[in-house]
Amino acid sequence: MIRFFLSRLLQAIPVIFIVITATFFLIRSAPGGPFDADKVVSQEVIERLNERYNLDAPLHQQYFDYLHHLVRGDFGPSFRYTNRSVTEMIAAGLPITFELAIYAIMIALIVGIAAGMLAAVKPNSAQDYIPMSLAMTGICMPSFLLGPLLVLVFGIWLQWLPVSGWGYSPGDKVLPAITLGSTYAAYIARLTRGGMLEVLNQDYIRTAKAKGLSTFNIIVKHALRGGLAPVVAFLGPAIAGLLAGSFVVETIFQIPGLGRFYVQAAFNRDYTMIMGTTILLSCLIVFLNMVSDLLAVWLNPRLTLNAKN
Amino acid sequence: MLNKNFNLFFVISLLLISGCELGPSNIESATASQTLHLGNGTEPKDLDPHTVTGVPEHNIISALFEGLVSVDPITLAPKPAVAESWVISNDRKRYTFTLRDNAHWSNGDPVTANDFVWSWQRMLSPALASEYAYQLFTVKNAKGFNHGEFEDFRHVGVKAINPKTLVVDLENPTPYFLSLLAHYSTFAVHPPTILAFGEREEAGTLWTRPGNLVGNGPFILDSWRLNYIIRVIKNPHYWDHSKVRLNKILFYPIDSALTEERMFRTGVLHATSSTPLDKIATYLKNDPDKISIDPYLGTYYYRLNVTEKPLNDIRVRRALSMSIDRQAITDSITKGGQIPAFTFTPPNTQGYFADNNSIIYDVASARKLLSQAGFPNGEGFPEIELTYNTSDGHRRIAVAIQQMWKLALNIDVRLSNQDWKVYLSRVQSLDYSIARAAWIGDYPDPNTFLDMFVTDGGNNQTGWSNKQYDHLIDLAAAEANPIIRYQHFQKAEKLLMDESPIIPIYTYTRVLLKHPQLQGWEPNILDIHPYKYVYLEDPVIGSEQ
Repeated sequence: MIRFFLSRLLQAIPVIFIVITATFFLIRSAPGGPFDADKVVSQEVIERLNERYNLDAPLHQQYFDYLHHLVRGDFGPSFRYTNRSVTEMIAAGLPITFELAIYAIMIALIVGIAAGMLAAVKPNSAQDYIPMSLAMTGICMPSFLLGPLLVLVFGIWLQWLPVSGWGYSPGDKVLPAITLGSTYAAYIARLTRGGMLEVLNQDYIRTAKAKGLSTFNIIVKHALRGGLAPVVAFLGPAIAGLLAGSFVVETIFQIPGLGRFYVQAAFNRDYTMIMGTTILLSCLIVFLNMVSDLLAVWLNPRLTLNAKN
Repeated sequence: MLNKNFNLFFVISLLLISGCELGPSNIESATASQTLHLGNGTEPKDLDPHTVTGVPEHNIISALFEGLVSVDPITLAPKPAVAESWVISNDRKRYTFTLRDNAHWSNGDPVTANDFVWSWQRMLSPALASEYAYQLFTVKNAKGFNHGEFEDFRHVGVKAINPKTLVVDLENPTPYFLSLLAHYSTFAVHPPTILAFGEREEAGTLWTRPGNLVGNGPFILDSWRLNYIIRVIKNPHYWDHSKVRLNKILFYPIDSALTEERMFRTGVLHATSSTPLDKIATYLKNDPDKISIDPYLGTYYYRLNVTEKPLNDIRVRRALSMSIDRQAITDSITKGGQIPAFTFTPPNTQGYFADNNSIIYDVASARKLLSQAGFPNGEGFPEIELTYNTSDGHRRIAVAIQQMWKLALNIDVRLSNQDWKVYLSRVQSLDYSIARAAWIGDYPDPNTFLDMFVTDGGNNQTGWSNKQYDHLIDLAAAEANPIIRYQHFQKAEKLLMDESPIIPIYTYTRVLLKHPQLQGWEPNILDIHPYKYVYLEDPVIGSEQ
């Protein structure tokens, strides 16, 4: 176990380092700088601002200065929001995006697993085709279409739920969570069905059936654990994807999450904010992948934590 | 068994949804509490009047601060604000302001003439790097101080004679000077507050946070949730607080016009900062009382890079300009009452009308010009690129113009869609052939448009230079007689249109969704709506006889 953690940690360090370096130089090579504006800014002002944000130093010097601050946990000031630090902005946005992601993944798991099991129990019947067609539709339908559709039906026509905000009025978290969760619910449904079908054909299930166990017992106690292995492997990247990809949903529903900051930062050439969010998200992805590997081993004793295997 | 689970899921979902019954919407409860909800574009960069530049920032700062002068929301004429009166010298180069006794900061301190001197020194100091410093360059020696030519601020033409008297000396008689004083970049800030959080010339300190910010406007900053809501509440120390009818204003930064429209439609917002193009016709047809289309001091135009072939030829530039059917663009694409533009300065900018005979829509003459330039029927004309920044509206206009040029002149134009910052950097370095552009006036005067195109002007960005034009703009700046001044501008603008380094396309309108509750929100060409005149009142619904 410890060896697994250590080896993963050692692998993670160079990955994160490469991400930092590549991002640092890539964003600076993009045309346009953080202080370019519609009404042209005088050269003197640009020079002063470059000086203020250390952009007048040679590029390699900027890079080492950045790393120097980074190891002390300082992400620097935002270039765009002049009275904010990147750390402060992440602290404001991350909990909201995280909460949204948790709700979304819960919806995805409940709906996805239920639909996948239904389909797997009676393959190639209506009970299979209907949820799987819905799942296919869910996978194909992007959130920028689903979100406004849900808003139209539940927010504008039926007036059951608010169309914007986060914790501002009751129920405003429902539509964003469903919108973000549905694509993943669809994936999970297909993965569950696949995993379950494979397990249900195994000898030990047949043995259980022969022993006269009820279908419910067989599925919940024996099949589910093996059948969910692909879902678990998918969960790590899925949560990371939810965190990184929530900006569409955040924009549709006016949610002050990290996703919006991230995308705005890229448009604004807010270098430090792009760096901060990229580093954070890459750390999360590495961490979540590790957790999902651990879970996979717990669910499937044939796998081991030995890095060599 | 499984079906049971499935049913259970549905029951839970239904409970979840039915448990979320909607309370009264923002709008329904707004009149009683006089709480205004405004869509406000993007998250403000900061709330420091001396370091920010955008419209969203302006909307919030004008609630928190007030300048020497404000403007009448209908006529845009200067009105007394912190200054209760002023005297202008005969040569129109000295303004003496008397500050009102009851002007106070939101902590109760009096607003003094020294606060203005201190604040202008801050705003003009090179170290602060204020992007709007040029707003005060009409003040004597202000430009030199800002450019670091000298360090003693006493040489700059602003003095506090006593706590209530401020004297300002100008470089030139500047008829729009009072309008500049209504712009937030010339507002005073509270010196002790700035100094409590950093140096005078330091940008981005914590003084603009709720609880820290001390202003002198009709409202005070109550809370600021990043990328979500900024709330301001009525300021009891404001000198004219008895006139202020609103109790609270909530500003929502909303990136997407579609989201904003949905929020408006469900009663979250009283007014939007933008309107999706495709919704305009529907609102005009179904809810005409919820959409307002007002004149706006701005021009949508194309820049031409005159430093490269074939656009270095005036005939080519004029041919391009004369073969655009602007009416078709405003009728079929923008659809918001925009006016086809044949001059750069919008018509009737404070009584100024440019001579608009230089460019007309005339395909036959355009063909002739192109042929004289050596491209009969477009033959031999190189393929040129039309650059615009990402936006559905810009794309549709570019596609239409590409087609118009193909049909009228038989020339090929390649469209190039660029991310905002890439677009800016390419235009500023003249790395383009034709580029979409827009200019919104800072103050109601033709100068805000025409001084752009002087030789090497920062916002010229076309490579165009004309000595006579520069001379006319200089003459206008020094001229005290308003009639002669406008004549100089008219001659300059005629030159600009004759040589066409730009192609004006239409004069903007401000299209916004506006709830009928919103009163005192007067249309004007600067789209300025001083909040002290704004209030909420439920529209009277006609009862059946």
